[in-house]
Amino acid sequence: MLARLGLPLSLLLFAALASLLIALGVGSAQISPGQIWEVALSHIGQGEGDALARTMVMELRLPRALSAFAVGGLLAVAGALMQVLLRNPLADPYVLGLSGGASIGALAAMLGGLGGLAISSSAFGGALFSTFLVFGLAHGSGGWTPSRLLLTGVVVAAGWGAVITLMLAMSPAERLPGMLYWLMGDLSYARTPWPPLLLLLATCVVLIPLGRSLNVLARGPQQAAALGVAVRPLEWCIYIVASLLTAAAVTTAGSIGFVGLVVPHMLRLLLGNDQRLILPACALAGGTLLVLADTLARTMIAPEQLPVGVITALLGVPTFLFLLYRSR
Amino acid sequence: MSVLASHDLIIDVPGREGGTPLNLTIEPGQKWGVLGPNGAGKTTLLHTLAGLHAPRSGQVSLDDQLISQLRRRHIAQRLGLVFQDRQDGFPATVLETVLIGRHPYLSPWQMEGAEDYARADAALERLDVAHLRDRLVSTLSGGERQRVAIATVLTQAPAVWLADEPTNHLDLHHQSAVMGLMAEQAAEGKAVIMCLHDLNLAARWCDHILLLYPNGEACWGSRDNMLVPSALENLYRQRLAVVEVDGAPVFVPIKG
Repeated sequence: MLARLGLPLSLLLFAALASLLIALGVGSAQISPGQIWEVALSHIGQGEGDALARTMVMELRLPRALSAFAVGGLLAVAGALMQVLLRNPLADPYVLGLSGGASIGALAAMLGGLGGLAISSSAFGGALFSTFLVFGLAHGSGGWTPSRLLLTGVVVAAGWGAVITLMLAMSPAERLPGMLYWLMGDLSYARTPWPPLLLLLATCVVLIPLGRSLNVLARGPQQAAALGVAVRPLEWCIYIVASLLTAAAVTTAGSIGFVGLVVPHMLRLLLGNDQRLILPACALAGGTLLVLADTLARTMIAPEQLPVGVITALLGVPTFLFLLYRSR
Repeated sequence: MSVLASHDLIIDVPGREGGTPLNLTIEPGQKWGVLGPNGAGKTTLLHTLAGLHAPRSGQVSLDDQLISQLRRRHIAQRLGLVFQDRQDGFPATVLETVLIGRHPYLSPWQMEGAEDYARADAALERLDVAHLRDRLVSTLSGGERQRVAIATVLTQAPAVWLADEPTNHLDLHHQSAVMGLMAEQAAEGKAVIMCLHDLNLAARWCDHILLLYPNGEACWGSRDNMLVPSALENLYRQRLAVVEVDGAPVFVPIKG
């Protein structure tokens, strides 16, 4: 039984480590795996190491790669959760309008000339506001149903889209590039990788024992209740966790599309539908994908950088269309 | 000793005033058939008996404890439900679907063990769907899905079966096989309550009958007292002819 979980997860872990090595090595100056090893040794007080390589790895590339990993993992796990919550294998973490709310928050802070931490907290606030707005409206006078939640989310997201366009139209030209990069999702805003990484780890630990209940919930709320699941508390829990994860991801790196949609979907095709395996696998595969995408974004038209969201969208759109085309 | 009982129960059907308070006592080994026209509240009754739907008034007790005070997990270890509608939109294979029947028995950190797999495989075999083990449920026919749903409850191994039209979508052979399974479960000391549309299946396989009228009135008792042609004609507002085949009455609707 453990072998069934262990093998795919160890392969994914291996892929994740390999992607981090690539992200550390590739860039304006190539750093060989040997040099990375020396840097790692010198970091724990063994050996000398090249000072330049050390600065580049420890202060520039590693934090950014770890941020990319955390954001990708958070988005993929949030997507997998949303798909169970809405009983729709093609839902994504932004489907309920959360990224729109975050974007409004971030753009407002940028318009106000604020920087760094203020943009992040404003984006986080916007994301949470949008979450509560959608949930409150969908709840209405009766209980909410997945289709009602989905519709409310889509309409609210459309509303945010209009406000975003309005804000962009009113912005002074010199602020526009920063805003557009943020909207596409860009990891150069990421600072310390630790909060999203720890959140990702904590979520995985919390979700693994809930995995089987999620499997049952995916068969519909009545079936789940008949099999002993406390449906409402569990649905609330998924909604809050998925929103929190998405908000943390969006706050770190802007709204990066398609990771949360494509990764869980692909993994289900490869590994089956057991959420106990899919959720940790999403964390690893989502992280790996975004680390590689970000490396590509950094290096493709170097010294210029692309927003990583462009890469994930360019990869994600055809993949998604292919899956959709094949599913009928 | 009753395993499931209702006390002055009035089910909550929208737009209906009152009705006959139900005082049912269901004992291990009994096979109950619930009959009634469309919209009479058969499904609502089953869901109320399972504690999934709040009654308008009255109580349901499982093992002499009020079901409203039991934890869902505990209820699920004693009582299983075959639903009429299922949500198969989210992908899952037949084996994965049947294995969720073990959910009530496993602690959060526990994985399904060899015994759980053995039960699931036996249930698949029993319902004649073992060859579909690795297929996605969404790719199955209606009758195959119905048998997978029943296999899920068989894997759950409850003491009380609540089956909402268990023969839905099934061909004649599998209708007979599923009713045979219900009879076998009852013979093992389980209580079985089924909503049925087919009077003849009820006449053949059930020992107790509950007639549910659209206005909320109800009567119940042993099969021979309940399956009276005049009462059934009144229930369905349909004239019936009765013949006897193979030792059981067969009801046939007649024109006009």
